Amino acid sequence: MKILIIGGGMGGTILANNLARRLQGEIKAGKARITMLSASERHMYQPGLLYVAVGSMSTDELYRDQKSLLEHSIEFHVDPVTEFQLDNNRVKSQSGKTYGYDILVIATGSRMAPETIPGLAENSETFYTEETAVSMVKALRAFQGGKVVITVGVPHKCPMAPLEIAFMLNDYFKDRGIRDKVQLHYTYPIGRVHSLENVAKWAAPEFDRLGITYETFFNIKEVDGATKTLKSEEGTEVQYDLLISIPAHRGMEVVEKSGLGQNGWIPTNRTNLNMEGRDNVFVLGDTTDIPISKAGSTAHFEAETLGENIASIVKLGIPVRQYDGKVFCFIEAGKERATYAMFNYTTPPDPKAPSKAIHWFKLAYNKLYWTSARGLL
Amino acid sequence: MVEKRIIDARGSFCPGPLMELIAGLKMMQVGDEAEVLSTDKGSANDIPEWVKKVGHAHLGTREEGNVWHVTVRKMK
Repeated sequence: MKILIIGGGMGGTILANNLARRLQGEIKAGKARITMLSASERHMYQPGLLYVAVGSMSTDELYRDQKSLLEHSIEFHVDPVTEFQLDNNRVKSQSGKTYGYDILVIATGSRMAPETIPGLAENSETFYTEETAVSMVKALRAFQGGKVVITVGVPHKCPMAPLEIAFMLNDYFKDRGIRDKVQLHYTYPIGRVHSLENVAKWAAPEFDRLGITYETFFNIKEVDGATKTLKSEEGTEVQYDLLISIPAHRGMEVVEKSGLGQNGWIPTNRTNLNMEGRDNVFVLGDTTDIPISKAGSTAHFEAETLGENIASIVKLGIPVRQYDGKVFCFIEAGKERATYAMFNYTTPPDPKAPSKAIHWFKLAYNKLYWTSARGLL
Repeated sequence: MVEKRIIDARGSFCPGPLMELIAGLKMMQVGDEAEVLSTDKGSANDIPEWVKKVGHAHLGTREEGNVWHVTVRKMK
């Protein structure tokens, strides 16, 4: 049984390691083989970018060698896919090779797409790549006061990022002794400050307490860099001196080009995680069109479900588990405090008051992540 | 020809039905319709509120077995 995993991010890596352990006997006996194709020889801890953007983590802390994270039995190639040929059970790659499979897992993730909003890429700072996070920390360092506006596109990776960056910027300017010279203004696409109602109920009074102003029902339409004006689809305008954006995201181009899903999101069964209409193609993490958070924990919990199911398909011919929509997100709340939101398809989150203990656990998780990617935590 | 898209946001707490609609509309043409399926009764209010604010058309809302179906036409 040939299992081909496309993508070496969190979901793909956890799944590959999980499967390599579950199928140890089958791999040794030559009855199963796991191959991973990735676009990079390095694995990035993406949540670390938020810390890089405010100068509290260095860029070299973001990376590990991808091969070092994988079980030895996994065949790993840096050879990104250029075309999915699902009717023939194969993919074509950048090197010109063709890889066949019995089971395919697509875990190619998502990318920010600021270019979809006129003026956004040129006139805002963001933190979804190493390059942009470094640019942002430099821009913050040079900033001496004025109005900082946070704006949020839909859909975006990491649902807590808008709140977290607001709280972290509040601390950042406080630590620099210029908080009184900075107006922090937060905008959000729907009628409250976060999509999760209970999180919004907690966050809005925190904003009030910290002097962070906010405006809801604000969907970015365009940015006029000459007049430093941000315009919304709802017809309102906001002036800024420094614009911080959480841009809308899209799936990977190769997914779209191969006709697997509009904007790169693949129609995916929400409990079995197979691509709609394909029993031997599974989808993980940001790449799915499932209406849940595009977050590392989503990919993690989906990977655990899929690991059990694909191993069971190899051993018994049937899957044994269903994904219940579980997501767990830390929320950095500033002043060395954090909380978390945990929910699934049927149970909403009930975040507790932020504490220092959760913040320190989050910082520990920033290191423990590598154990998690290896499938040990 | 008007395309009708079902946005199945049942069980979605985050990003939630309205955010799913906002993302879905970006992939649709002006004149197309979206029917949002939501298990959050709040959708019956917050989707029409946003739709009115932004200038799309709310075509109707109905409840069927604890699922709210909110239909919207993309106007711009």
